[in-house]
Amino acid sequence: MAEADTRDAPDESLYFYQDERDAKCPFAPPPGLRALNDKGPVTRGRIWDGSTPWLVTGHAAQRAILSDPRVSSDDKRPGFPYPNRAMAETAPHHPLTIFNADGADHTRIRRMMTRPFTRPRMEALRPDIQRFTDELIDRMLAGPKPVNLVTALSLPLPSLMICALLGVPYEDHDFFQEHASFATRSDKTADDDRRASEALGGYLAGLLQKKMAEPADDVLSDFAARIKEGDLTLPEATLLSMILLIAGHETSATMITLGTALLLENPGEIARLREVEDTRDAAGAVEEILRYLTVAMFGQRRIASEDFEFEGAQIKAGDGIVVPLPAGNWDPEAFPEPEKLDLTRKANHHHAFGWGIHQCLGQQLARIELQVVYGTLYRRVPTLRLAVDRDELAFRPADALAFGISELPVTW
Amino acid sequence: MKVVVDEEKCVAAGQCVAAAMDVFDQREDDGIVVLLDENPPAELAEDVRNAAAVCPALAIRLVE
Repeated sequence: MAEADTRDAPDESLYFYQDERDAKCPFAPPPGLRALNDKGPVTRGRIWDGSTPWLVTGHAAQRAILSDPRVSSDDKRPGFPYPNRAMAETAPHHPLTIFNADGADHTRIRRMMTRPFTRPRMEALRPDIQRFTDELIDRMLAGPKPVNLVTALSLPLPSLMICALLGVPYEDHDFFQEHASFATRSDKTADDDRRASEALGGYLAGLLQKKMAEPADDVLSDFAARIKEGDLTLPEATLLSMILLIAGHETSATMITLGTALLLENPGEIARLREVEDTRDAAGAVEEILRYLTVAMFGQRRIASEDFEFEGAQIKAGDGIVVPLPAGNWDPEAFPEPEKLDLTRKANHHHAFGWGIHQCLGQQLARIELQVVYGTLYRRVPTLRLAVDRDELAFRPADALAFGISELPVTW
Repeated sequence: MKVVVDEEKCVAAGQCVAAAMDVFDQREDDGIVVLLDENPPAELAEDVRNAAAVCPALAIRLVE
């Protein structure tokens, strides 16, 4: 680590982020990434465009770098380590959002979006989440088997919840689920990306205009009121709505699907969840499964805004910085025996939702959805099992923005 | 133990409420931290330390 600046001479021996997982341990981070934890908390790595940003892999170092004011999220700065080509190509046109704003700009935008997602509000939704979960499980049990858990439960539940919160009609779910899943794909072009956001944007702008005329008790109506007050323009409100709708879908769905696949391989651990009487008791299990899977596998992307020394590395202004969250969550210093799924582990200091001011806005909704699902599904369907061999499961490619799978055939 | 919160730094992640709901709440309007008990009792000390440790914005300071 802390080698001289390698930007001019990319070193083929540097670790390539994002490489493949070990097919025998698909739920663990790629072996090469895990090996970086032995080298030290900061190293140089290579990414898809041949550039060699810093990789911050240690848990404590991730906290420090993601809280450091000398590090920026501004994706228009030259040298920014984009996750893929489409992001690199669209970045010059990205409006300011919670993802790429720093400091006071970030605070201003984030505070317009936080109201609907507070812990007390999400806790108050627990009975609704329970009802939706029970109904989806009833329907699954009444139908033929095997079923694809993704379409039976994993995707409909977060989708129903985010629609109810935002005030988006769930009947339109085929349309926006397709666009939401598109956002996390790696094989799209900048043109595909633009077409998908235009379609979704047009749809949401129409809904916002409707809410301006007939407000209801939902987030889109909140944004509509802000448009009337002059705090937001219609395009800004459309973008905020799009971010919430997309973010509310894929990641929670993946945690339900892959969490189930992971638990089915750990009979002792799933047995604990079959005994949960109050879904609040599944809280610790949720944190450990969040840590273990860290579905936001693409890593937080940053750029240094000045020169500074960090953990022995000489970071220069304009250096790209990538923070691979799975590495921090599998750092044995923070989580001894990280490869062991231990639902009794106190794991809530994990970085599955990121760290610093950009930490996930919807994390409390995700937590309660997962507490309800993990605390209900295995108790109600104690014989639940995979309907195919684990080796047949087709996970998303390593360069997808989020770890995931589109089909999990299960039976009981 | 005395708890000090920084509303300017707070990003409304809700972590403190999840960790120690008798000590922290969130403002109705924007989710910013509300301190319910500035001198929490000893039996809540561990939860409060955990709340401070998981605040992503480092907005909670403890004076032990």
